[in-house]
Amino acid sequence: MSAYRITGETGEWEVIVGLEVHAQIVSQSKLFSGASAEYGGEPNTHVSLVDAGFPGMLPVLNRECVAQAVRTGLGLRAQINLFSRFDRKNYFYADLPTGYQISQFEHPIVGKGTVEIELSDGEIRHIGVTRMHMEQDAGKSIHDQDPTRSFIDLNRAGVALMEIVSEPDIRSPEEAGAYIRKLRQILRYLGTCDGNMEEGSMRADVNVSVRREGEEGYRTRCEIKNVNSVRFVMQAIEVEAQRQVDIWESGGEIDQETRLFDHVKGETRSLRTKEDAHDYRYFPEPDLLPLVIEQSWVDELKAALPELPEDKRARLEKEYGVSRYESGVLTAEQSVADFYETVARGADARLATNWILGDFFAALNRTGRTIEDSPVSAESLRELLSLISDSTINGKIAKEVLEDMVETGEKASVIVDRKGLRQVTDTGAIEAAINDILAANADKVAEYKSGKDKLFGFFVGQTMKAMKGKANPAMVNELLKKLLVS
Amino acid sequence: MSSVFNYTLASAREALRARKISAVELVDAHIDAIERLDDGLNSFITRTPEQARLAAKEADALLAKGEGGSLCGLPIGIKDLFATEGVRTTAASKILGNFVPPYESTVTANLKRDGAISLGKLNLDEFAMGSTNLTSAFGGVENPWKRRDSDAKLVPGGSSGGSAAAVAAGLVLGATGTDTGGSIRQPAAFCGITGIKPTYGRCSRFGTIAFASSLDQAGPMARNLQDCAILLESMAGFDPKDSTSVNKPVPHYEAALGRGVKGLKVGIPKEYRIDGLPAEIEAIWQQGINWLKEAGAEVVDISLPHTKYGLPAYYIAALAEASSNLARYDGVRFGERVSGASLDALYEATRAAGFGDEVKRRILLGTYVLSSGYYDAYYLRAQKVRTLLQRDFLKAYETVDIILAPTAPSGAFAWDEKPTDPVQVYLNDVFTVPASMAGVPALSVPAGLDSRGVPLGLQLIGRFFDEEALLAAGSVLEKAASFTHRPTIHAGVSA
Repeated sequence: MSAYRITGETGEWEVIVGLEVHAQIVSQSKLFSGASAEYGGEPNTHVSLVDAGFPGMLPVLNRECVAQAVRTGLGLRAQINLFSRFDRKNYFYADLPTGYQISQFEHPIVGKGTVEIELSDGEIRHIGVTRMHMEQDAGKSIHDQDPTRSFIDLNRAGVALMEIVSEPDIRSPEEAGAYIRKLRQILRYLGTCDGNMEEGSMRADVNVSVRREGEEGYRTRCEIKNVNSVRFVMQAIEVEAQRQVDIWESGGEIDQETRLFDHVKGETRSLRTKEDAHDYRYFPEPDLLPLVIEQSWVDELKAALPELPEDKRARLEKEYGVSRYESGVLTAEQSVADFYETVARGADARLATNWILGDFFAALNRTGRTIEDSPVSAESLRELLSLISDSTINGKIAKEVLEDMVETGEKASVIVDRKGLRQVTDTGAIEAAINDILAANADKVAEYKSGKDKLFGFFVGQTMKAMKGKANPAMVNELLKKLLVS
Repeated sequence: MSSVFNYTLASAREALRARKISAVELVDAHIDAIERLDDGLNSFITRTPEQARLAAKEADALLAKGEGGSLCGLPIGIKDLFATEGVRTTAASKILGNFVPPYESTVTANLKRDGAISLGKLNLDEFAMGSTNLTSAFGGVENPWKRRDSDAKLVPGGSSGGSAAAVAAGLVLGATGTDTGGSIRQPAAFCGITGIKPTYGRCSRFGTIAFASSLDQAGPMARNLQDCAILLESMAGFDPKDSTSVNKPVPHYEAALGRGVKGLKVGIPKEYRIDGLPAEIEAIWQQGINWLKEAGAEVVDISLPHTKYGLPAYYIAALAEASSNLARYDGVRFGERVSGASLDALYEATRAAGFGDEVKRRILLGTYVLSSGYYDAYYLRAQKVRTLLQRDFLKAYETVDIILAPTAPSGAFAWDEKPTDPVQVYLNDVFTVPASMAGVPALSVPAGLDSRGVPLGLQLIGRFFDEEALLAAGSVLEKAASFTHRPTIHAGVSA
C-alpha cells in the first residue's frame, strides 16, 4: 500500500502518531472505594467518602481491578510487572476531590507489548505498546447549567482506568483508527472494558508530529486531549498534521503544547502551552503499599483468558474454511463469533457462513437488532439450515421461512409445516407439471429444440412457479432435460 | 473530691468494677474540672459533656450487670485530629470550619467499642504541625506545669499539646495522640506524663486527618505506662480500611509491664550526644542508664551513624506528603469557603484565610521539594536517608534489644521564649524523628524535674512491633523514677 503522505509545497511529509488510550475497567466498584462504578445514575449518587476526599479517608485497592489490568496486559501480549507502585499526580481542579490523582507513574503494572492491526488492503502492521498502568478517573465538571456557577458530579471520580500508551509507531489516520478498533476489540473480548466511546469508557490522547519523508528522528509533537471517537481521532490527526506541515513550510516552529479537537469546526485549538503545563509533583502514594503480585496468580488468570480475536480468527479459518475476509467479520465481536460457531458446528459450514453473512445480517439490519437481541436464536437458524441440507426446503423457500421466523419467532419446521412449504420430490408430480407447461408452450419448445438453449431457464421458472417454488430444483432440472429431448 | 483525681485509668477501672464509684460520678467530676480549669489551659477545642453524661449512664447500667468493655465508663479525651461521628472535628484549623464528620476514626471507634467515654476534642498544633501547640487556630495550650520561680505560661509541647496538658492536669484519665515526628513523646515529656508512639502500622490511620501519611501513627497518652498499655490494647489492630495497617495479633500489653529488664541489652547511641545538649538532659539520661543497670540490664554504647541527617530528611519527607495531603482543603466540598471570581481565586482566598502561617510554610516547603528539577535533590535523597536510618536501627538491634535516649533537648519553655526562627523550633524533634522515620516504636516516660521544677522525659526506642519490650523497660524506669509530682494546675489541687 502506498504510505500516507501530506504533500506540501516543498515536498512530502510523513505523520508520526502515538496514542494514549484511557479505557475504563469493567468492575463492580471503583479502584479504591466500594462505591458503584456503574455508568449513569443521578449526579453524586455513586460517591463514597473516599471518592469525595473527606479528611482521614484512605484508598483501598480493588483486587478485581488489578486482575482486569493483568488480563488486559496478557491480551496485549505484554510483560506483566509483578512489582508495581501507585504514585500521586498532584494538581488542583474542582472535580478532583483530593487534589491528586492516584496513578502509576514510575512502575506500571504492564510493560511492553504489541497490537497487531490489519489495514484495508490486508497489510498487517504491529504497533508497539510502551506500557499500561492503572489510575483513577476524576469527576465531571458541568459548566452549562447555570450562567455563573459550575456543578460537580463525582460519580466518575475514582472509577478505575487503564492507560495504554503506544509507541510512536502509527503512520496514518487509518492506522490510528485500526489500532483503536483493535484495542477495543481485544478489551471487549477480555471483558476488561466495554469499549463504549459514547459513554466515555474509552477515550484517547493523540500525540502528533510530522517529518519530511526520509528524515531521521522526530520533530516537536502536540498532544490532542480527550478525543472520544475513532472517527474524531482520525480527523484530528489529519487536520493537526496538515496544520503542522503548513507551519513548518512557512518557516515557523511547532510549540509543544496540549490541544483540543473541535469536530464541529474540524480544527485543533491550543489548550495550554508548555509553559503553562502542570508540574504534577509525582511521588509514591504513601497510603498504599507497593503492589506485589504472584506469578502463580498471573498464570491462573492467563489460563482462564478467553480466546483472543487473532487466535479465534485463525481457528475459524481452519475449522470452518472461511476466508480471511469472512473470519474478520465473524470475529469482530465475540458474540457474533459465538453465534456463528453455534450455527456452524456440526452443520454445513459454508451454508452457515453464507447465511449468517448474508440473509441473517440483512435481517438484523432491517429490524435494527444486534446479535445480542437477535429475533432468531442460533439454534433456530441452525434448524433452518438443516432443513435446507436435508432437502426439506430449498434455498428460496428458506429465505421466506427466515422472514417469517424474524416476524413470528416460530421455529423453522413449524413454519414449514404450517405453510405447507415442504419441498416436492415426487417425480410424478413434477413430471405432470412439466408436461402441462411444455404442452402450453409448444412454440417455445420448438425454438428450444432448434437450438435456443437459453430458453431452458424459462422452463425451469415456469415449472417452479407452477409448483409454488416447492419443487426440488435439482429434480426439476433433471426431468426438464429428459422431457425436452423426448 | 480530691480522691477522684488520684485515680489512674487502671485504678479507676477497678473502682468502677467494684462499684466504689459510678461512671456518672467519675465523668461528672472530670467535666466539672474541665469547667473550672480549662478556660485557662485551653486544652479542649470542643467539649462534649452532654454526650459524656449519657454515655456514663449507659456505662453504669452495664457495670451494674457486671458487663462492659475493658474501658467501660472511663473518661478520656480525643485529639482533635481523629474524626468523630457527629462531633465537630477541626484539626485546630480554621479551614475545616464547623466540619462535623459523618464517620468515626477506627482508633476512636475501638475505644468507644471498649466503653471509653470521650469528654471532648483536644487542642493541637494546626494539622499536627508544630511542637509547641501554639500554631492552633483555637489558641495555644498552657502547660499545667510552672517553673518554681516564675508564673510564665509554658508550652505543653506539640503537636499533641492539648492531650498532654489535659492528662497532666487531671482533666481526663487518658487521651489519644498522634505522632509524626515526636508529637506524642515530646509533649508527654514536657507535661510529665507517659506516651507511646507504636510501630507504624500498629494503629489504623483510617479517619485520622493526615499530616504525613507514611509517618503518622496514633498512640496513647496517660499518667503511667499501665494506663498507656490498657489504651493501646484497645486502639491497636489491623484495619482493612487502612492498607498500611499491619495484620498482627494485638498482645495483652499490660502483661509485659512486670517482665523486668534482667539480661536485656540497652543501647546508648553516641550520635545523640549532640553539641550543646544541656547538662540537665545529660544527667537525666545518665540517671536512666543507671536505673536500667541496677535492674539488671546490660548497657552498651552503639552507633546510629545517620542520625544527623534525620531531621532535615524528616522535614523533606513529611512536608512533601503534607503538601499533597492538604490539597483537599479547597473550599469545594466541605469546610470553610471564601468565594472568588474564578476557581483559582476561590482556592487562593479559601486557603489564604483558612490555613495558619506554619501550615502555609510547610505546604510551600513540601511543594518545593517535590517540584520538577528538585525532586531528586530533595525528596529522593530524603527517602534514601530514611532507608539508611532504618538500617541503622536494624543493625543496632542485632546487638541490643532497646535504645535509651532523651525525649527532647530541653524541658518545656515559655510561650514567649519560642524561637522566632522556625528551624530552631524544628530542633525540638531531633531525638524523636529518627524512630518515626524508621517506623519503630518508642515511648516517653517522665524521669524527673529540672532545676526549675519542670519535668523531663526519657525515651525508649524498640524493635518493630516489640512494644512489649518498651513497656517492660519503661516500667523499670517508671518505678525507679517514682515520679509523683503534680503540676501547678491540677484538678486535684484546690485553687
